[in-house]
Amino acid sequence: MATNMATLGAPPAPREIPHTVSPSLWILAWRRLRQDRVAMISMAIVGAFLVLILLSATGLIAADWSREVGVNYAPPTFMGPDASSEAAPAQAAKAAAGETLASTYHSTIVDPLADVLAQIRGEGKPKAPAAGADAGAGSGDASVDPLADVMADIRAGKGVTAPVAETRAATLPFGGDKWGRDVLKKVIKGSETSIAVGIASAILATFLGTVFGAVAGYYGRWVDDFFNWFYSVFSSIPYLLLILAVAAVLKQKGLMTIILILGLTGWSGVFRLIRGEYLKHKAREYVQAADAIGASNMRRIFVHIFPNVSHVVLVQLSILAVAFIKSEVILSFLGFGVPVDVVSWGSMLNEAQNELILGKWWQLVAATIAMATLVTAFSLFTDALRDALDPKLKGMAGH
Amino acid sequence: MTAYIVRRLWQMIPTLLGVILLVFFLFNWVGGDPAYVLAGKISNQEQIDNIRRQLGVDQPYYVQLGIFIKQVVTGDFGASWSTNESISHILATRLGPSLTVTVPLLILDTLIAIGLALAVAYVRGSLTDRMVMIVCTVGLSVSILVYIIVFQYVFAYKLGWFPVQGWGNGFWENLIRYSSLPILIGLAVSIAPDLRLFRTFFLDEINQDYVRTARAKGVGENRIMWVHVLRNASIPIITNVMSQLPGLLVGVFLIERFFSIPGIGREVILAVERSDFPVIKAITIYVAVATMVFNLLADLMYKAVDPRVQLK
Repeated sequence: MATNMATLGAPPAPREIPHTVSPSLWILAWRRLRQDRVAMISMAIVGAFLVLILLSATGLIAADWSREVGVNYAPPTFMGPDASSEAAPAQAAKAAAGETLASTYHSTIVDPLADVLAQIRGEGKPKAPAAGADAGAGSGDASVDPLADVMADIRAGKGVTAPVAETRAATLPFGGDKWGRDVLKKVIKGSETSIAVGIASAILATFLGTVFGAVAGYYGRWVDDFFNWFYSVFSSIPYLLLILAVAAVLKQKGLMTIILILGLTGWSGVFRLIRGEYLKHKAREYVQAADAIGASNMRRIFVHIFPNVSHVVLVQLSILAVAFIKSEVILSFLGFGVPVDVVSWGSMLNEAQNELILGKWWQLVAATIAMATLVTAFSLFTDALRDALDPKLKGMAGH
Repeated sequence: MTAYIVRRLWQMIPTLLGVILLVFFLFNWVGGDPAYVLAGKISNQEQIDNIRRQLGVDQPYYVQLGIFIKQVVTGDFGASWSTNESISHILATRLGPSLTVTVPLLILDTLIAIGLALAVAYVRGSLTDRMVMIVCTVGLSVSILVYIIVFQYVFAYKLGWFPVQGWGNGFWENLIRYSSLPILIGLAVSIAPDLRLFRTFFLDEINQDYVRTARAKGVGENRIMWVHVLRNASIPIITNVMSQLPGLLVGVFLIERFFSIPGIGREVILAVERSDFPVIKAITIYVAVATMVFNLLADLMYKAVDPRVQLK
C-alpha cells in the first residue's frame, strides 16, 4: 500500500521523493531482542527444549522411556558396573544406617542384584534373551522385586508390551528409578508432559482472558460490569485454592483435565490488562476511522484493535506458560495432576521425595535441573520480550 | 470514612454472591451426585436415597442453592463428610497452626525483603545488584517442592537440627521447635520474588526529584532510603503484602503437608483427596471473604501512609 503510493507519486516529480517504510513493531522488537545477549541465549535454551519435546512427542527419542533397562535404582555413573559395585554396598549401608522405613527391603535390592547382573553382563551377554529371562525369573528377579509378576500382569492388561527380562544394566549414565527406568529418558518424557501442559493451558487462559477483556473493554457499560463482576469473583479466591477446588470436583484424571483446570482458572490477570488496553484503544482515531468505513464491531475488535494489543497478549502468554508449568508440577506432585501412567516433572519429584531418604538423589536432581533450566530461561526470555515489545515498561517488573 | 467503608462492604455482596454461585456450580453441578461419593462403593440404592435426602440433593437446584446461601450467612456449614467433625470446629482448630507458621513468615519475609531491596536498589547497576538479581531469578525457577524436599532432608533428616515433622501442644514449642524449619523454607521461597518486586518499586522512586532535593539539602543517605524512598514506595508494597495475606492461609499448604502441621492448607489437601466437599466449600467461601476484607484494609492503609490518597 505504502510502496504503491510512493511509486505512483514518483514519476511526475522531478526528483525522487525520499520514501522510507518505517519498521513495524515486531521488526523493531526483534532488533532490540537481537541486541540482548541474555535474551538470545535464553531463547536458544527454550528453543532447544521445544525441539526436544517435539522429538519426544513424535516418538523419535525417549519413546521407550518406560522400559526397565537398568537394575532398580541403578546408580548414575559413566564408569560401568565395576565402579558402582563398590559404591552400591556403601550406599545401601548408608541408607540402612539412619533409615527405618523400607530400608531392609531396599538395601537387599541393591546389593545382590548388582552382583547377579554383573555376572549376567559379564558372561551371559551372547545368551538368548529367553535364557536370560529364565535365569532372571529363577534367581534374580523373584527375590528382587516381589511385585514383578504383578507388574507384568498389569502391563499385559494395559496392552503395554511387557519388557522381556533382558540383561539389565547395573548402572546407567544418569541413573535409574525404582523400576530401573533410565532417568534421562524419563526426564525428557516428563519435560514433554510438563511443558506441553503448561503451554496448552496458557494458550487457553490467554484466549479466554483476551476475548473477555476485549469484549468488556470495547463494549463497556453492562457488558463491562458483568465481566468485571466475573473477574472480581475469580480473583477473590486465591489461585491455588481455586485449582484445588476444581481438581476436587473433576473426577477423571487426564492431561485434558489438568489443562482445563489451569486454563479455566488462570485467565483473570490477562483479562484485566487486555480490558485496559481496549478501553484505551477504542477511543483512538483509527478505530473511529474503522467505524467510518463501516467495519462491524467484531471486525473492529479483532481485526483493527487486536493487532495493536497483540504484544501484550504475547507477553502474558509467556508469563502464564511459566506459571502454569510450575502449577502443573505442584498438582501432579500432589497426585491431582497427570494420570499414573504419565510421567511429568511433578510425578518425578513425588517419587524422588521418598528416594532421597534412601540416598537415591539422581531423579530429584535430574527433574530439578531440567525444570530450573527451562523456567529460568523462559522467565529471562519473557522479561526480554516484554522489554523489547514495550520499552516504556522497561524496569517495571524486576528486571 | 465510615460512609466509604459501609459502601465498600455493601459492594462485597454481589461478589460474594458470585463466589457462592461459582462454588455451588462447581460442587453441586460439575461435581456430580455427592451421594455416590459419600456412600462409597459398598452401597445400595436405598442407602444412596437416604443420603440424598439427608444432604438435600433430591431437592431442585434452587432449593439447594437456598440451603447453601443460608449456610454461608449463618456460618454453619454442617459436618465433614469423612470425619463427621463439625466444620466450624475444624476451621477453628486448624487456624491456629496455620497462623503460627504464616504470621512470622510474612513479617520476616516483608522486613528482610524490604531491607535487601533497599540495599540492592541503592547500588543499582553494580555487580552486586546483578548477582543478586541472577540468584533471585534462578532461585525462583526451582520448584517450592524441591526446596521443601531438600531442606527437610538436609536440615532435619541428615543434620538433625530440626524435627523432621510434627506438632506439639504449647504455642512456644510449636513456634520455636516445629515452625522454625517451615518458616525458613517459606523465607527461601518468598524472599526472592518479593526482593525483585520491591527493588523495582524503590527504583521508581529513587530517581524522583524529591530524592535529589533531599540530597541537596544535606539529608543523609540512610534517611533518604529508609524514610523518604521507603514511605513513597510503601503503597505498592502494601498492595503486594495484603494481596498475599489470604493466599498465605492456603499457600503454605505444601509446607503444612510435608511437616504434618495440622493447618488449613493440609486440611484443604486432605479434603480434596477425600472428596470432602463441605470442607472445601467452607474454606473457599471464608478465604474469599478474607480476600475482600484484606483488599478493603489495603485501601484504608493507603490513606494512612499517604494522606494525598482520596478514598472515593
